[in-house]
Amino acid sequence: MTRYGPIVAAVALLALVPLLTASNVVLNFLVVTFLIALAGQGWNLLGGYGGQYSFGHAAFFGTGAYVTAIAQMQYGVNAWPGFLIGIAAGAAVGAVIGAMSFRSGLRGSYFALVTLAFAEVLRIIASVAPITGAGVGTLLKLDLRPEAMQFQSRAPFYWIILVLVGLSMILVRRIEDSRFGAYLIAVRENEEAAKALGVNATAIKIAAMTASAAITAAAGCFYVQYFLFLDAGIAYGPWISIEALLAPIIGGVGTVAGPLLGAFVVKSLGEITKLATGDAPGLDLVIYGCVLILVIALTPRGIIGLFDRFRRGAAARPAASSPALPPQRAEEGGHV
Amino acid sequence: MSEAVMSEPLLRVENVSKRFGGLRAVDDVSFVAEAGRITALIGPNGAGKTTLFSIISGFLPPTSGRILFDGVDITGEPPYRLARRGIARTFQIVQPFAGLTTRENIAVGAHLSRPKRAEALAAAGEVAATVGLADMLDRPAAALTVAGRKRLELARALALAPRLLLLDEVLAGLNPSEVRDMIPVIRAIRDRGATIVMIEHVMQAVMSLAEDVFVLSEGRIIAHGAPQAVASDPRVIEVYLGQGAAARIAQPAVGQGASP
Repeated sequence: MTRYGPIVAAVALLALVPLLTASNVVLNFLVVTFLIALAGQGWNLLGGYGGQYSFGHAAFFGTGAYVTAIAQMQYGVNAWPGFLIGIAAGAAVGAVIGAMSFRSGLRGSYFALVTLAFAEVLRIIASVAPITGAGVGTLLKLDLRPEAMQFQSRAPFYWIILVLVGLSMILVRRIEDSRFGAYLIAVRENEEAAKALGVNATAIKIAAMTASAAITAAAGCFYVQYFLFLDAGIAYGPWISIEALLAPIIGGVGTVAGPLLGAFVVKSLGEITKLATGDAPGLDLVIYGCVLILVIALTPRGIIGLFDRFRRGAAARPAASSPALPPQRAEEGGHV
Repeated sequence: MSEAVMSEPLLRVENVSKRFGGLRAVDDVSFVAEAGRITALIGPNGAGKTTLFSIISGFLPPTSGRILFDGVDITGEPPYRLARRGIARTFQIVQPFAGLTTRENIAVGAHLSRPKRAEALAAAGEVAATVGLADMLDRPAAALTVAGRKRLELARALALAPRLLLLDEVLAGLNPSEVRDMIPVIRAIRDRGATIVMIEHVMQAVMSLAEDVFVLSEGRIIAHGAPQAVASDPRVIEVYLGQGAAARIAQPAVGQGASP
């Protein structure tokens, strides 16, 4: 259980925040941060562990959000099952896009471009289709009851998204410790070698994309419950594809904690930029771009990679000399 | 002819050809690998040996011909399914999972028959010991020497517990003492019951390990037999040393002075 201890401890600590402050600014900031962490954890499963860099996770985020909203508004489904239907729909979209891309053998930047194209196609469809409210968007009916997954205060929302982030981390940790995870990482490291070792690389990648899409879709479902409004640009726009990949890349790609850590950094930077520049449109994106370049140039494994390097650096002095010690001793012994 | 009722060879390659555009990389090749033996595939560079291996292991489809494994037609099956049938291969250019440790590398192979992570990691440790990588288990694969990577390549394939092991130049790039270390390792694998087909340029190893040798040149099998017989076959000498070489070697005193 020690592999899960830190996750549970971090979630438990963060769960205390609403008891310490009722500030809507703080809670709202953290809710949005966790939302990005959740979407980013989805991206991280496919991109970080599987090495398949998607540029279109908006396709899953938006599908989760729209399906949750439409199920409630058009079909009168309760919000809680609606949430699950949204996750399932996002996973289904992930399975379909994954099957089409990976069976055609798309890799690297080709895969990234195709996922971007799928997200853009969905955005355009959503901006004209009547069922999504087209250009007007979709409003969720205000219904401030827990049965409708709507709350008077922000605290319950905060706990819900925090629990979702925690669950996603536990899921990814479990995958790390499984054969599926070992195969997924093997595909990332060297697909040909993995195939020769009995790994059905295509099936593994499709499965990873399905799970990845489900996680990111959950973030979309939550988004619409929290903000009660959705349009094509929010649901399928590039903003969420970018933030979903920025968070894990900055935090530490292919690590359980990376997306959460990265989401904190990305969102904090965004807030600081807004404070410093008075909300100049697009400037936060410029800052993100610079940070991304810095991270990739200086620490390709993100903030966690930086921690590891420090830890190893601190341990390096005794550790580096220890392998050399036995022969030295033997030499000294020989001289004496 | 009671001799003809011999057991079916584990691997039977029948009239396999592979064309890349106008190039016949493999041209109507047939050969067999008898169960429990070491069969070597030799030939000059560009003869089509690695292409043939890629076809047998499912990485390339043949243009024509078929491949039988234990009597079953496996032509065109994807590599992962062949691995599950018991065919393992190593790559001439080593393909480690560079970001993983030696143990994690080998565990990927061990997972084939062991779904549990802990069991696969434990099995990886045992396999590593058989190829002499036991003290490298927790090092990143990227930190291994050339010889270490060759051993890792072998260990990962062994972790599949294969019935047929295809070794693509596992000795290339090793120094003579490393080659001497590896020969007993390969022989021990055969002794534990695996059938081995090896592509090899290191003739010292072919001579001491192989029981059957097939010689491939320009995509065709030009000779077949026991190692000693093949090594003295004039056709084989000529593909390695050029036309007329066999005759010159046969008459060294005359040949040396007269040749320009």
